[in-house]
Amino acid sequence: MLKQQSEPTMEQIQEQRIYATMGLSDAEYEMVVNLLGRQPNYTEIGLFSVMWSEHCSYKTSKPVLRQFPTTGPRVLQGPGEGAGVVDIGDNQAVVFKIESHNHPSAVEPYQGAATGVGGIIRDIFSMGARPVALMNSLRFGHLGTPRVNQLFEQVVAGIAGYGNCVGIPTIGGEVGFDHSYEGNPLVNAMCIGLINHEDIQKGLAKGAGNSVMYVGAATGRDGIHGATFASEDLGEDTEAKRPAVQVGDPFMEKLLIEACLEIVGHPALVGMQDMGAAGLTSSSAEMASKAGMGIEMHLDDVPQRETGMTAYEMMLSESQERMLLVVERGRESEIEAIVSKWGLHAVHVGEVIDEKVLRLVHHGKIVAEVPVDALAEEAPVYNKPSRVPAYYEEFQTMEETLPVVDDVVETWRALLKQPTIASKRWVYDQYDHMVQTSTVVAPGSDAAVIRVRGTNKALAMTTDCNSRFVYLDPFVGGQIAVAEAARNIVASGATPLAITDCLNFGNPDKPEGFWQLQQATAGMAEACRVLETPVIGGNVSLYNESAGKAVHPTPVVGMVGLHEQTEWITTQHVKQAGDAVYLLGETTAEFGGSELQYLQFEKSFGKAPQIDLAVEQERLLALQAAVQAGQVTAIHDVAEGGLAVALAEMTFGTTLGLDVTFDGPALHLFSESQSRFVVTVKPEQEAAFVKLTGAHKIGYVTDQDALQIKTSDTLIEAKRSTLQADWEGAIACYMTSKD
Amino acid sequence: MKFAVIVFPGSNCDLDMYHAVKDALGEEADYVFHTETSLEGYDGVLLPGGFSYGDYLRCGAIAQFSPIMEEVKRFAAEGKTVLGICNGFQILVEAGLLPGVLHRNTGLKFMCRTVELKVENNETRFTSDYAAQETITIPIAHGEGNYYCDDATYAMLQTNRQIAFTYTDNPNGSRGDIAGITNKAGNVLGMMPHPERAVELLTGGTDGLKLFTSLVKQGAHHVKTTV
Repeated sequence: MLKQQSEPTMEQIQEQRIYATMGLSDAEYEMVVNLLGRQPNYTEIGLFSVMWSEHCSYKTSKPVLRQFPTTGPRVLQGPGEGAGVVDIGDNQAVVFKIESHNHPSAVEPYQGAATGVGGIIRDIFSMGARPVALMNSLRFGHLGTPRVNQLFEQVVAGIAGYGNCVGIPTIGGEVGFDHSYEGNPLVNAMCIGLINHEDIQKGLAKGAGNSVMYVGAATGRDGIHGATFASEDLGEDTEAKRPAVQVGDPFMEKLLIEACLEIVGHPALVGMQDMGAAGLTSSSAEMASKAGMGIEMHLDDVPQRETGMTAYEMMLSESQERMLLVVERGRESEIEAIVSKWGLHAVHVGEVIDEKVLRLVHHGKIVAEVPVDALAEEAPVYNKPSRVPAYYEEFQTMEETLPVVDDVVETWRALLKQPTIASKRWVYDQYDHMVQTSTVVAPGSDAAVIRVRGTNKALAMTTDCNSRFVYLDPFVGGQIAVAEAARNIVASGATPLAITDCLNFGNPDKPEGFWQLQQATAGMAEACRVLETPVIGGNVSLYNESAGKAVHPTPVVGMVGLHEQTEWITTQHVKQAGDAVYLLGETTAEFGGSELQYLQFEKSFGKAPQIDLAVEQERLLALQAAVQAGQVTAIHDVAEGGLAVALAEMTFGTTLGLDVTFDGPALHLFSESQSRFVVTVKPEQEAAFVKLTGAHKIGYVTDQDALQIKTSDTLIEAKRSTLQADWEGAIACYMTSKD
Repeated sequence: MKFAVIVFPGSNCDLDMYHAVKDALGEEADYVFHTETSLEGYDGVLLPGGFSYGDYLRCGAIAQFSPIMEEVKRFAAEGKTVLGICNGFQILVEAGLLPGVLHRNTGLKFMCRTVELKVENNETRFTSDYAAQETITIPIAHGEGNYYCDDATYAMLQTNRQIAFTYTDNPNGSRGDIAGITNKAGNVLGMMPHPERAVELLTGGTDGLKLFTSLVKQGAHHVKTTV
């Protein structure tokens, strides 16, 4: 690029309101002037614009995030570092975090999704942890249009391309389809790592005179202003923002992982942080601010991919696969020796200084000097106005009408073919979910499970959010999102430990949008307290709108649970004919936000299902006790599509069937009442199981290719093989059809 | 027996291979970096799966030039055991230790699943613990596992009984359903499926274990007869 245009002057920035194009408001510009005591230059205003973006500063969401419980007996590190850390005993800990890459994926789905995976992996190994699993949570519009199909196909390919190459198994997640995501898909990636307690790293730039070292890919002009881009609505000019999307290099990431993990524990290493959103700016400012120090950086020494890069471009670049290390002065060569073994270099780019400023030197001149706390800590915090949306009031007062189902079996089959419910094998077939050979429960059950090598323990993990319920009633929907994740963890035989969350919402500047955020997080916070799963970190993605329409509020919950013994690992699939089938929980006529409602109307309306968190926790604890007592052979929570779908799913992939009697009308088989589980129990354990859980027996596992359900008004029957074919083929069918 | 697990930049099944040998098999294993030049003291060499050098050129095309590969060739020429799995197979093909090439899967997508294989030849040092024509289930995980060779090579593979494993339901379009082949001498095996992922009941079954136990038996025999 032969651009030698001079940068705007301080005066032009102010007079022409150039800061506004970077996403800063007039008031924020004034704050910067006050903090500096002078007008900022172009580089400096750039630093503020990215550090004060919602993505980096949480300026809008901070007040709502304060509601979350973030501590607990097992929490070693809560929000604030690259990722949270939870003790799992024997001096080991699990490190995990989820993050969004929604806007990049909307513009450039393959690279957007791939770099989302790369970024979350760096958050984990920058803590010093070995990444052992990847998960994701994806939302798209209705399958079948070329645009949605292409987004879906490319996002999955991007996740696969990156995760497979770095050698971390992608072991599960969720994919949902709803019109609400038509113009703004959601791509959330989660990474889970393992660490010994003494290896936990903090991103601290301590010790004046210590070296600031740059490791990894060279800095290019890609991703400039990515954080700002992530913090605004997708508009018609979105295509023009393609340069704000980064390009990933998973091979480089793999080398970085190995090099950095080899450095962890080295006495010369002081601190380490990845260059994620806002790249060099955030990593240097945050490391310095947390340590109460400053950093002087020599930009001429920063490895550069292109010639003629300006300070502004280098500092705002979001080139991928880069890490910033602080190393004891005089011992740089020891670090370089390790890094060079992996074909990389550790380049000295600056020093830690006593003054709490970020000072940038380029071509022998100081080109920027800004207090680090002003960048990292003193972003404004907004208490946005909030207003109850008209739709919510309408839904709450709406007269409830029951859906009409003429043919129960046909409805059952149609639900199993709904892409949100149908088998996701088309997706996870493309992910290497076995590398590292620790995967015990592969994708396709309620939660994925990996063993902790060298112990008899295992970790369960899940991502969940039924956003239709959150849309209908954000408070209740927020509660349900956490509860559903806990159900999946418990259904796998584990005890829930903690959550990470990814809050995907619309524009918070709209009072109705902010109300959704407030309500949903309040509901989540309450559920986290009752279910004893603190929030150890996460990410906020606001402004998920296109053409002025927000996505359904989607607070994705990533939960991790612990199996103290691998013998407790349980799956959703029935194991043996003759086992008794039990239903835990009550079923009432709850169809607001259900998959049946969406199937019939292609929209969601009415009231969300009710949930009682105390009852939920009681059931979760009882099931854990039943698992640990060796009573159960399979557990499946009842979710989208209701009991009929849950029962069918339990038989898929087996050679067994079910003979069940349901104490209610057939219509209720599709109700999405909460806090329900189907459990199979060995006959000799039935009495003990009932005593423990109070569940109701509904039938038996059979050795027939048949599912038979007697209801109070009819008898329905279908072949397992027929239902399974519907369920298995649906997504592949959408993806190969020529329409 | 002592195995060398070669680590190329971008290898990612090295850990799996290492633990299969150490934990499931109870034999010795070391990681040997691609920059090394000696395999002295090892009884077998394992080239693991992964994405060596990112597989940004052709799979395995850059790894074949690693310093250690000269030594692997010498090791193989001495009749010692060399096993390449997935990317390791691709590297062996690129290095000329095995014939043929590996194309992209016909479906053009990466696939990770458990598939059924047939043991076509159980009279090799890699397969002697399997029954003749035994069917086994082993995971695959690859985007470029579609084995191809010309007619003459294919005829040679058949004549020399170099086809060790075939797929019973071909997932990637490979010629003759080929999943794994040996060299003519029978001491080098390359295969796309991952036997090292099937050595424990907890994590995917044990059908891959017999490949390793075959090696140990044959290796012990080999050592005895040569000493």
